[in-house]
Amino acid sequence: MTDQRSQAEIVRQSLKRRYRKERRFRAYGILAIAIALGALLTLFTDIIGKGYTGFLKTTITMEVQLDGEMMYLDDPKDERQIKMADFVEPLVQALIKEVPGATEEDRKQIRELINPYASVALRDALKANPEWLDTSRTMTFLSHTDVDVYVKHAGDDAYSIKLNDQQKAWVDELQERGVIETSFNDVFFSGGDSRDPSKAGILGAIVGSLLTMFVTLILSFPIGVAAAIYLEEFAPQNKFTDFIEVNINNLAAVPSIIFGLLGLAVFINLFGMPRSVPVVGGLVLTLMTLPTIIISSRAAIKSVPPSIREAAEGIGASKMQVVLHHVLPLAMPGMLTGSIIGMAQALGETAPLLLIGMVAFIVDVPDGFFDSATVLPVQVFLWAGSPELAFIERASAAIMVLLAFLISMNALAIWMRKRLERRW
Amino acid sequence: MKLNKALATVALAGSVAAMSAPAMARDTISIVGSSTVYPFATVVAERFGTKTDFSTPKLESTGSGGGLKLFCQGIGTQHPDITNASRRMKTSEFELCQSNGVKDITEFRIGSDGIVIASSKNAENLDITLEQLFLALGSKVPVDGKWVENPNENWSDVDSSLPNKPIRVMGPPPTSGTRDSFNELALAAGCDELPEAASLSKDEHASICESVREDGAFIEAGENDNLIVQKLIGDTGMYGVFGYSFLEENADRLQAATLNGMVPTAEGIAADEYPVARSLFFYVKKAHVGVVPGIQEYVSEFTSNAAMGQNGYLKDVGLIVPPRSALMDLMDKAESMPNLTLDELK
Repeated sequence: MTDQRSQAEIVRQSLKRRYRKERRFRAYGILAIAIALGALLTLFTDIIGKGYTGFLKTTITMEVQLDGEMMYLDDPKDERQIKMADFVEPLVQALIKEVPGATEEDRKQIRELINPYASVALRDALKANPEWLDTSRTMTFLSHTDVDVYVKHAGDDAYSIKLNDQQKAWVDELQERGVIETSFNDVFFSGGDSRDPSKAGILGAIVGSLLTMFVTLILSFPIGVAAAIYLEEFAPQNKFTDFIEVNINNLAAVPSIIFGLLGLAVFINLFGMPRSVPVVGGLVLTLMTLPTIIISSRAAIKSVPPSIREAAEGIGASKMQVVLHHVLPLAMPGMLTGSIIGMAQALGETAPLLLIGMVAFIVDVPDGFFDSATVLPVQVFLWAGSPELAFIERASAAIMVLLAFLISMNALAIWMRKRLERRW
Repeated sequence: MKLNKALATVALAGSVAAMSAPAMARDTISIVGSSTVYPFATVVAERFGTKTDFSTPKLESTGSGGGLKLFCQGIGTQHPDITNASRRMKTSEFELCQSNGVKDITEFRIGSDGIVIASSKNAENLDITLEQLFLALGSKVPVDGKWVENPNENWSDVDSSLPNKPIRVMGPPPTSGTRDSFNELALAAGCDELPEAASLSKDEHASICESVREDGAFIEAGENDNLIVQKLIGDTGMYGVFGYSFLEENADRLQAATLNGMVPTAEGIAADEYPVARSLFFYVKKAHVGVVPGIQEYVSEFTSNAAMGQNGYLKDVGLIVPPRSALMDLMDKAESMPNLTLDELK
């Protein structure tokens, strides 16, 4: 009796300690999650804090006299005349008029406020609207990158302001009068790469990414699913299939740069495909995503209950009918989820593309699978290494676009799983 | 059955996309090569694309050696048309070109680049000779006639005129052309000033005089020079090694060390007076001129007064432009495209 009571006493005494242990164990878990969330939060605040200004552009709106005499132009439809015409002068003259107290002598300093490509914009506008010649129009042009940096980052230690005091005073004045304004940076989404940060855009990289991903998807999904079905449903269980299975699992862990080397050796050097094109990029990324797709597809097929197969076989379905009519539709959600995650991985990949020439300065937006192209993560890499400081915010802005793509792909995967999943 | 058909269609489409890679004629100029020349060549390419009806050339930054290797692989549109280099073509590379059928090459020397040792404006500036620089950064230095692991911890251990601060220098990794040039033009040149260097054999010279200490005093910062700039601004005890264009871009916050009594200036680098200056080049494959449209026009854009003149746009992005007489020679060269010969490289 006394012995038993002491047993209960021991249990009661140790109870406190066990609860404490349990609480500590839970606290460790919460701490681990907090660290992960903290890291994520730091990353996001850093990127967004640095990059949100990348979504803003600085423009100059002014009344431009499209004086034919000043531009040496009397017929905007004549290619030769367009080539020889001076489109800088009307811009400089217009801005001199806007700046109070500026004279002809300040023209060099005034010119440094206008984007070097504004004259190209003026040329294109005149080419498209020949009737504008010898009229006066209110037009909006990009400012020079130095003005852009000053307007957005005056007083920020991370940036160098390259305007002199006179120019700073002018810009302040023009900003007050609404001549110089910041607005949403549509150029960033409608243009290709440029060496002028104000004119640089990610459309080329987005299109390049989409083309590459399309090739990857239409190759890796059918091949991966077919391989998974064969291995799971038809292949005999022997040493050889074991060997294949081990190798597929190994392939999933191979560093991606190896696939780039393979692509260079096989697709470019052996088959003579061109460098820097989405087709080769897509082929290389296919090799990279295949193991992921095969592994996830096999897991999805395995999770289809045997009772369904047996029922189908019981009413006389052939092996192929069982697979195509019953197993595959039921396994599809899992396969799609795996593929989307594999694709998201491929979307963020740069290393293998380095070797096949997709890390390149490409201005024109690609218009086909055999057109030189680059992809989003490569664009981030290229901008981050540029000497112009204004590219830092563009790089961060491009990271945000890339993250938006990745998050929406993962969200799609989750949504599909929730939507299509069947429970037994 | 529907699924069956859909799968078959997708698989077919995939295989068609994969197989229909034709050996295509290219209408875009393909340029590879040095990452130092890349920021200049890209600006020319973009201007060329907006100014003319040709499409904008495609530029890959592969490094000088990688670019020449690709360039010399052969004739045909799958190989690049032009390669940029931050050093001259080696005779071995010329021979590789010749053996692969790339016989006619034209060389253009397009200006110079200087390597600077910079620090924050709030830091103590260095006034240092190349010999002192080698003693501070070389992996092995002579002590009492013997080559030993570099014992110098503070700059003042090298020479009492230098700051009494620990030696901490950030620079590019060995894969970078800037690092190659730094090793060759700064360290090896400084090493040669030492009397002990005369007795080194050729192999010893390469392994001792061109290697940087690895005990933490020299910090490799990756290829991103912006990162070095940021670090320098935050840390006044740190010095950084990078190209002159990055110094110019951050001129209000950084100062450059005086090397052998010379402050890096555009004029000094162009005239080869600044000790750590190198020439930049590009090479044109003549067999592709007329096959890939626009090569001749691109070359004349690059060598035009608008690009490389004293008020040219390349000067705005930090290229140290050649003097007028040299530019006139370049323009002539762009017209006549003379062949590069092995004797010129020797």
